Amino acid sequence: MRILDTLNFSQTTLRAYPARTALILLAMAIGVASVIILTSLGEGARNYVTGQFRSLGTHLLFILPGRSETTGGLPPLLGTSPRDLTIDDAIALKQSPAIRHVAPLLLGNAPVSHASREREVTVLGSSNEMQVIMTLEVIMGKFLPAENPRIGSPVCVLGDKLYHELFGNRNPIGEWVRIGSYRYRVIGVLGDKERAFGFDNSDAVIIPVASAQTMFNKTSLFRILVKASSADALDRAKEDVLRIIRQRHEGEDDVTVIRQDALIGTFDEILKILTWVVAGIAAISLIVAGILIMNVMLVSVSQRRAEIGLLKALGASTREVLQLFLSEALILSLAGGVIGLGIGFVGAQALQVWLPDFPVQVPLWSIIAALLVTLITGLAFGLIPARQAARLDPVIALAGK
Amino acid sequence: MIKLRDICRNFQVGDETVHALDQVTLDIAAGDYISVMGPSGSGKSTLLNMLGLLDMPNSGSYLFENKELTKLSEEKRARFRREKIGFIFQSFHLVPRLTAAGNLELPLMLTGMLPAKRRVLVQEALASVGLEDRAHHLPKQLSGGQQQRVAIARAMIMKPPLLLADEPTGNLDTHSGDEIIKTLEVLNQTGITLIVVTHDLELGQRAGRTIQMVDGKVVHDES
Ligand SMILES: Nc1ncnc2c1ncn2[C@@H]1O[C@H](COP(=O)(O)OP(=O)(O)OP(=O)(O)O)[C@@H](O)[C@H]1O
Ligand SMILES: [Mg+2]
Repeated sequence: MRILDTLNFSQTTLRAYPARTALILLAMAIGVASVIILTSLGEGARNYVTGQFRSLGTHLLFILPGRSETTGGLPPLLGTSPRDLTIDDAIALKQSPAIRHVAPLLLGNAPVSHASREREVTVLGSSNEMQVIMTLEVIMGKFLPAENPRIGSPVCVLGDKLYHELFGNRNPIGEWVRIGSYRYRVIGVLGDKERAFGFDNSDAVIIPVASAQTMFNKTSLFRILVKASSADALDRAKEDVLRIIRQRHEGEDDVTVIRQDALIGTFDEILKILTWVVAGIAAISLIVAGILIMNVMLVSVSQRRAEIGLLKALGASTREVLQLFLSEALILSLAGGVIGLGIGFVGAQALQVWLPDFPVQVPLWSIIAALLVTLITGLAFGLIPARQAARLDPVIALAGK
Repeated sequence: MIKLRDICRNFQVGDETVHALDQVTLDIAAGDYISVMGPSGSGKSTLLNMLGLLDMPNSGSYLFENKELTKLSEEKRARFRREKIGFIFQSFHLVPRLTAAGNLELPLMLTGMLPAKRRVLVQEALASVGLEDRAHHLPKQLSGGQQQRVAIARAMIMKPPLLLADEPTGNLDTHSGDEIIKTLEVLNQTGITLIVVTHDLELGQRAGRTIQMVDGKVVHDES
C-alpha cells in the first residue's frame, strides 16, 4: 500500500468521528503548547538573569572573606571566617597593574528618614569606584566623592525609589537625611534601572564605606569588588588578589575570589536545568494526551472489528493493518503537535506583550523536542491499539462475534 | 483447481472440542458452480473461510492449482486472498464511511496501484453491476440489493478465479436475492469458480453441484 493511500485512508476515519478527533487534537495541542510556553519562559529567565549580570559591567572579580574549596560555588556559610577583609586590603589591591578599579562593599540595614517620612532600607557602604565597576547611572547630583576610603564623610546617594518616597519629586540635593542615628547630606540619586546581585538598588542608600563601618560597628567587609584592566588580565588579576591578600594575612589563603563570568556560567547552568525540568513537567501532559489517544483508538478498534476483518479478507496483511492504525495515531499526534506549536508561539508572543522587560524566547530545541516527543507519543500509544487491530482473527471479526 | 484432503478444524470451547470440519475431502474444478447447504452449525462457513485462507486447518492438506497452501506465511496468505479470492458476505461488509467507489478502491489500494488507474477500474466494475451512477453514494444511501452488488463488484475488481459467497441473499428480499444470484451466475458463466453457502433450497438447487454438510462432514455431494 502506498504511504499516501495509507494516510488518506486514516484521514477518512478521523473525519468520520470529528468530536473524538478534535478532543485528541486539543489534548495534544495543549501538551505541546505548554512545553513551548514554559520553556520559552525558562529561556527568558535565563537570558534575563545573565543579562542582569552582564549589565553589572565586565571583567569583574568578587572577593569574599573565608575560603571555599570549589571556585564558583557558595562561600562557606558556617565555620570560622579567620581574618577580616578590611579597607586596607582593598586599597592594597590597587598595587596590581592587572587591576583597574577596586571598591569595598559593606552591607547593613537601617532606617532612613527625612522630615516625617521613614523607611527601613539596605545601606551599602562603598567608595567612589563602585560607580564604574557596577556601571551605575546617577541622574541627579553626583556619586560618592573620590576621597580616601578610610575617611567617611557624611554624604549619601539615594536609590530612585527611596528618593521618591522621601522627597516626592522635590530636589533632594543638599538636603539632610537621618540614617540610623547619623545625619547625612544627599549628594546624588541613582537612575531607576539599577540592580545588582539580584537586589534592587532603587530601594537602597549608598554611603562611604568608613561611615558604614562606624554605623554598623563592623570592621570586616562583605565583599571587595575588583575590575580588571581587561578581559585578558582577569587571570592575572585573580592571582594578584590572592598573592596580595596572602601577604597581608600572614600567608593564609583565607579569601574566595569568584570571577563574574564563572558566576554567570553557574546561573546559566542552573536556569538551563530548570528549563529542562519545566519542559519535562509540561511533557507529562503529552503523556496524558498519549493515553487519551490510546484509549480512543482502542475503542475505535473494537468498533471497527468488521472493517478490520474485511480488510484482511481483501488481502491486507497483519503488517498493513498495523500500519493503517499506526498512521492514524501519528496523524493525530503530529497534527495536534503542529496546532500546539501555533498556540505556543501565540502564547509566547502574548507573554512578551504582557512582560515587556522579560526576553521571552521560544528555544529551537524545545520545538524539536516537542515534535519529537509528540511523534514518539503517537507511535508508543498508537502501537498497542494498532497491534490489537492487526492481530484480530478475521473470521471472528467478520462474524461480528 | 482445488484439492482438500482430510481437512480438520477444531475449536476448543471450554472442555469440549467442536469439530467444525471433520476430515473433509473435496475436489473442485475450475468453473464449478457449487452450493453448500446444511443445518446451522454444520461447518459451512468454516469450510468457506478455509477455502479463502481466512482460517487455517488443524490438519489436512489444501492444494490450490497444485500448490500446498497450509504452510504459507501470513504475508503470503494475505497476498493469495488479494489475488485469488473474492468474498461475498451476508451482511455486505461495506465500509460505512466510504462511498461505493471508495469501497471498490480498497483492494486496488492494497496492491499499491496509482489512483488514476484505480478510478478507471472502479468505474468499469460499477458499470458491470449497473451502479455507475451511484459511485459517490455512501452505503447507507443504497438499498440492500445495491449494497450487495457493490460488494460483488469489489470482490471481482481484482478478477480472482474463485468467488466465495456466504449466504449472499440472507439479508435480502426474494426479488433482490434473485438478482444477486443471477449476477453471480453470470460471473460463473465467464469462467469464475463460484461457491455459495445458502439455506435456500431453491437457490441451492440452481447450482451445478450441491454439497450437503452435517456436523462438519460432507454427507452428500451431487452434480
Ligand atoms: N471461533 C469459533 N470458536 C468456537 N467455535 C466455533 C468458532 N467458529 C465456529 N465454531 C463452531 O463450529 C461449528 C461450525 O460453525 P460454522 O459457522 O461453520 O457453521 P455454519 O454451518 O456456517 O452455520 P450457520 O448456518 O449458522 O452459519 C459450530 O458449532 C460453531 O459453533
Ligand atoms: Mg455460517
